[in-house]
Amino acid sequence: MAGHSYDAEKYWKANLRLIFGSLIIWALASYGFAILLRPLLAGIPIGGTDLGFWFAQQGSILTFIALIFHYAWRMNKIDEKFGVHEE
Amino acid sequence: MSQFAINILFVGGSFLLYIGIAIWAKAGSTKDFYVAGGGVHPVTNGMAIGADWMSAASFISMAGLIAAGGYANSSFLMGWTGGYVLLAMLLAPYLRKFGKFTVPEFIGDRFYSKNARLVAVLCLIVASVTYVIGQMAGAGVAFSRFLEVEATLGLIIAAIVVFVYAVLGGMKGITYTQVAQYCVLITAYTIPAVFISLQLTGNPIPPLGLFSTHVDSGMPILDKLNQVITDLGFNEYTADIDNKLNMVLFTLSLMIGTAGLPHVIIRFFTVPKVADARWSAGWALVFIALLYLTAPAVASMARLNLMTTIYPDGTAAEPIEYDSRPAWIRDWEVTGLIQFTDKNEDGRIQLYNDTPEFEPQAQARGWEGNELVVNRDILVLANPEIANLPGWVIGLIAAGGLAAALSTAAGLLLAISSAVSHDLIKGSINPAISEKGELLAARISMAVAIVVATYLGANPPGFAAQVVALAFGIAAASLFPALMMGIFSKRVNNTGAIAGMLSGLTFTLVYIFVYKGWLFIPGTANLPDTPENWVLGISPLSIGAVGAIVNFAVAFVVSNATEEPPVEIQELVESVRYPRGASQAQDH
Repeated sequence: MAGHSYDAEKYWKANLRLIFGSLIIWALASYGFAILLRPLLAGIPIGGTDLGFWFAQQGSILTFIALIFHYAWRMNKIDEKFGVHEE
Repeated sequence: MSQFAINILFVGGSFLLYIGIAIWAKAGSTKDFYVAGGGVHPVTNGMAIGADWMSAASFISMAGLIAAGGYANSSFLMGWTGGYVLLAMLLAPYLRKFGKFTVPEFIGDRFYSKNARLVAVLCLIVASVTYVIGQMAGAGVAFSRFLEVEATLGLIIAAIVVFVYAVLGGMKGITYTQVAQYCVLITAYTIPAVFISLQLTGNPIPPLGLFSTHVDSGMPILDKLNQVITDLGFNEYTADIDNKLNMVLFTLSLMIGTAGLPHVIIRFFTVPKVADARWSAGWALVFIALLYLTAPAVASMARLNLMTTIYPDGTAAEPIEYDSRPAWIRDWEVTGLIQFTDKNEDGRIQLYNDTPEFEPQAQARGWEGNELVVNRDILVLANPEIANLPGWVIGLIAAGGLAAALSTAAGLLLAISSAVSHDLIKGSINPAISEKGELLAARISMAVAIVVATYLGANPPGFAAQVVALAFGIAAASLFPALMMGIFSKRVNNTGAIAGMLSGLTFTLVYIFVYKGWLFIPGTANLPDTPENWVLGISPLSIGAVGAIVNFAVAFVVSNATEEPPVEIQELVESVRYPRGASQAQDH
């Protein structure tokens, strides 16, 4: 039981690390590039407007999809590695 | 065949399909009724979540909001999709592992408190009822325009259809009708968008068309749109905004609110495994994105189309004469959603932004005020007519709008009825109730909820327009933080969680009521709802995120000042974190 709970802790830490990294990208694509940092991206033109506008109306959504699939894929691997996956 | 007959054919056909599915997927047990037996494939569930989530607001109103606000209203796009990242990583897998039927049940068990469960039931019912009113009202609009029946009669027809498949099939019936409704609504949304994108940019994929070249002018389409509308005194479509704090908080409120809405969360209880809950969040967002990536293209193209319809020879020339207006304007005038007043009596339609800054130009042209008022909700519904598409596309749009409204209504009604039968009746009033009795109670509370929702949809209270702020504010400030802390902290206890939920909720409601009126009663607002009066420029629509922060802070402070949760609760938290073995965890 002791060894099991040690592994359990490592498993949970691995999950938290993955979530933390994902949420940084989540925030960067939406609150960052699409809103607060938009003036910095104003110089990068795309189809009649700038990259910040693209992130606000398309880029952020595409980033969210990639993040969730990446998380699901990584996390299901981590489940198996720590032997906590469901049969 | 007349347009009316085509519309009847599409709407009637789709309704028959839903009822057929309901008869096939009848619920036999409470597990069928609450979580569709727990065996739904993640892709199927993702599609059902898509229909569950995309409401009349997404289908009918969102493109209109973006068309009117341009870049500034991108918050709706990011907010209503970004919440799925939070769901996938912070809530759905753990709540699936918990393996019970409702959201208040988790809160009650985790915070070992009937009161916490009751607070959660209350938040759930207020958020879901306000939300369902909008769906029923949306269904009424679609009925009255396309089927030429009284909105009330249309609502009753819609209510009967929902009644049949939701009461009979519960979550099982709702799941498979939602899959069918998703297919109907996404086809209806995409087809006109593809045609319009082709007409304007030559590109058949609307999200690519948005950043392509406008065929008639050779300019990028967003440049062309900016030019046309600034000529008429409107703000530039792609312009940046000054109040970034408010935009950040509004987006965040929508994201947290999305993640905290119970009717979405319970859909994740229907998949077999924790790993499936993660996948289905991804699939849900893929299916949602098909509409959400199309919407901003529809928004800008429809706005440009509207402008070029009124000013066919460019903004420098005179607008069209009222008598030669296209048929779709005549049709929508009948519903009152387009209104024309010939202020300068020249028989032409002057559509412009009559601000003081534009006044000199307007005077020089002999204009005496904006003459055409277009309700932004009609943008998507009128889209096929504006682009001169064939009659069957219009029938499809009617069926699609109804699919969006009914699928969301059914999901909300299920969340409400399961909170009543499972959390209130079985959880508090009569714990000894048999499974058969509970199933009957669930069906009766569903039936009552449908009657109430139909009544409120037919007689929408004056505050119907404000309900978005209310539903998302409540979900963001009360439910989301409680659920997240229940999973990610072992230290937050019953007292802390209840204090957190109540203070987050109170803070949010007070801030909304101060600007919108107490209980939305007109004339009771303490301050005018304008940016100069908002604290730090934060609008009442954006306050849910601040309410969530208040909730987190209060819960932590109170929990740390009071006793640790008991050992078995800490073990419960452990067990929801690890996917394997629900039964094993309880054996300790």
